[in-house]
Amino acid sequence: MSLLEIKNLHVTVAGQEILKGIDLAINSGEVHSIMGPNGSGKSTLAQVLARRETYQVTRGEVLFDGKDLLAMKPEEAACEGIFMAFQYPVEIPGISNTYFLRSALNAIRKYRGQDEMDAMDFLPMFREKLKLLDMEEKLMNRSVNEGFSGGEKKRNEILQMAVLEPKLAILDETDSGLDIDALRIVAKGVTAMRSPERGMLVVTHYQRLLNYIVPDFVHVLVDGRIVRSGGPELALELEEKGYGWIENEARQSAPASV
Amino acid sequence: MSTNINTIRDLAERDYKWGFVTEVEEERVPRGLNEDIIRLISAKKNEPEFMLEWRMKAYRYWASLAQSQAEPKWANIKYGPIDYQDIVYYSAPKQKAKLNSLDELDPEILRTYEKLGIPLAEQKMLAGVAVDAVFDSVSVATTFKEKLAERGVIFCSFSEAVEKHPELVKKYLGSVVPYTDNFFAALNAAVFSDGSFVYVPKGVRCPLELSTYFRINAAETGQFERTLIVADEGAYVSYLEGCTAPIRDENQLHAAVVELVALDHAQIKYSTVQNWYPGDKEGRGGIYNFVTKRGKCAGLNSKISWTQVETGSAITWKYPSCILQGDNSVGEFYSVALTNNYQQADTGTKMIHLGKNTSSTIVSKGISAGHGQNTYRGQVKILKGAAGARNYTQCDSLLIGEKCGAHTFPYIEVKNSSARMEHEASTSKIGEDQLFYLQQRGLKTEDAVSMIVNGFCKQVFRELPMEFAVEAQKLLSVSLEGSVG
Repeated sequence: MSLLEIKNLHVTVAGQEILKGIDLAINSGEVHSIMGPNGSGKSTLAQVLARRETYQVTRGEVLFDGKDLLAMKPEEAACEGIFMAFQYPVEIPGISNTYFLRSALNAIRKYRGQDEMDAMDFLPMFREKLKLLDMEEKLMNRSVNEGFSGGEKKRNEILQMAVLEPKLAILDETDSGLDIDALRIVAKGVTAMRSPERGMLVVTHYQRLLNYIVPDFVHVLVDGRIVRSGGPELALELEEKGYGWIENEARQSAPASV
Repeated sequence: MSTNINTIRDLAERDYKWGFVTEVEEERVPRGLNEDIIRLISAKKNEPEFMLEWRMKAYRYWASLAQSQAEPKWANIKYGPIDYQDIVYYSAPKQKAKLNSLDELDPEILRTYEKLGIPLAEQKMLAGVAVDAVFDSVSVATTFKEKLAERGVIFCSFSEAVEKHPELVKKYLGSVVPYTDNFFAALNAAVFSDGSFVYVPKGVRCPLELSTYFRINAAETGQFERTLIVADEGAYVSYLEGCTAPIRDENQLHAAVVELVALDHAQIKYSTVQNWYPGDKEGRGGIYNFVTKRGKCAGLNSKISWTQVETGSAITWKYPSCILQGDNSVGEFYSVALTNNYQQADTGTKMIHLGKNTSSTIVSKGISAGHGQNTYRGQVKILKGAAGARNYTQCDSLLIGEKCGAHTFPYIEVKNSSARMEHEASTSKIGEDQLFYLQQRGLKTEDAVSMIVNGFCKQVFRELPMEFAVEAQKLLSVSLEGSVG
């Protein structure tokens, strides 16, 4: 059984169909990358998997760990083990990063019937994770993402991922707005989290992130459909030729538009 | 967002947790208000002549205002006319004799406190808090008096203060809020039944946080409390006021007056958590809370801090203020006001700078949810003599949902050119993106909303004494469980 199984997924936003029949299976231990031009539906896919309710699923099904993901609320999906690193992390004034993360971790632990973690147990583990992402502890006493640079915000997302240890990690354009140094640190954190117990879905427009996080599979999303799947070499091909050729190809082979 | 809306609706439709009525034998005066009623109240309380005179003057002043229909109408609140003749102005639980210990207290009253979770007896004592519990209008229990008495601190009911310390009452009563101050202050002066009195002598740091729980229990009984706190030279006192009230269909009028006096180098910290019945989700019932709270920094280097967390009442009309008379005196106002369902709040502060180098800080956090209307009204006045005065005002509004409103009316009047004024204001909304972010990390909708709101209020919460801060956060979560959508 796959960790994540997407079958014929159709999604509309405000009456417009964005995803037009996605099929994708991710096994534990695998890193998949979804690439595609702007507006192809990459982020929509990520958000639907994280159960954002502004998207309407009109057809298809998604199984996560054998359970019906589409019947879950966002917090249930999170507690079941889905984590999404946001493209635009939000700010929560007045709530410290440490407090926020411990609350999140304990909400998930509670859902799973585990004991809540107290500050004494939490801190040493947290410090380990901070090291992994080259983050200073004092940053953690500041409010969630408030006054963080773009790079700090993205690193903070990966830090959260490291603390919450999801079964499926979704990275929604984590590379956008990162300079090369920040990109390296983020990639290092993500790579350290690769594990046989974890699946990853890396959504990106550019190939450069995939130099650091080398995926097992690359899927190209064009106009709401996966038009090509392959290994990491497919990403390099796209980098070289751009999306134009694959878009043309897709257009020619696509079934008559609805 | 449909799931969110449903969850939140369910929570909002939960009944007021603290709605119950205790059956206690009551002693009442007849309905209505006239000079005979004032005499009756004063007589029932065995008051000295000066109190009756003061009440009569207040009553006559109020009656003249009532006749010229001078009930204040400038606030941004809407309510039907109040029939002042249809109110019972005095009710007290009947007691056989003076109480020596809590065991002698009416068990019904004790049970009420237990239901409210007010740890009147042991817990509070262990926590080092003396409690002067006001049940309806008469104080029925006082603890820790001896310990306070050792330091010469007087902490008692107003009635007792009138009886035992008439010279202090005479000196300070009405010195900050005269009965001519406003319509509701005049009404209070005429009919107030009881309240709390605190006097901290020269150089004494009050060893305990003083706390009073007010409770409105008798149906259709307006409650008129009066609190007077005097900190003599170099004294320090922290006073906590908190309350909940049982559910009622009729609107209940509450017009309290609080006066604070800080002499040279004295400090008074006054904290309030207010959770009176806000009315039901259709806007029926609830308390009308028309309160005059004012402190006078009479002395050099004196300081008065108001901290309030207001989540209750159908209507709140309240402006805890500071008169900064002494040179270098400091006034502070930290406020969280939450309006949900059909609640209305017009609240804020006045900082009147008279002395040199006086400074004031205002941090106001308004939260509106449901159909709630939340108005901040603040006045900062720098008078001619107040050279080097400073004010910092921060005024933030948080909106939850589409049907609520936030309004801000800052008045600034500067008559001394050396004054420095800062004013910051912001309005934000709990967005779908913020909620989704927290949910994606595993938090339930209501926990997510409460986290965002608690973060928003942090600046105010940290001014509260620790135990109160925890209570305030809980209260906010409960009151708030109410509205995104």
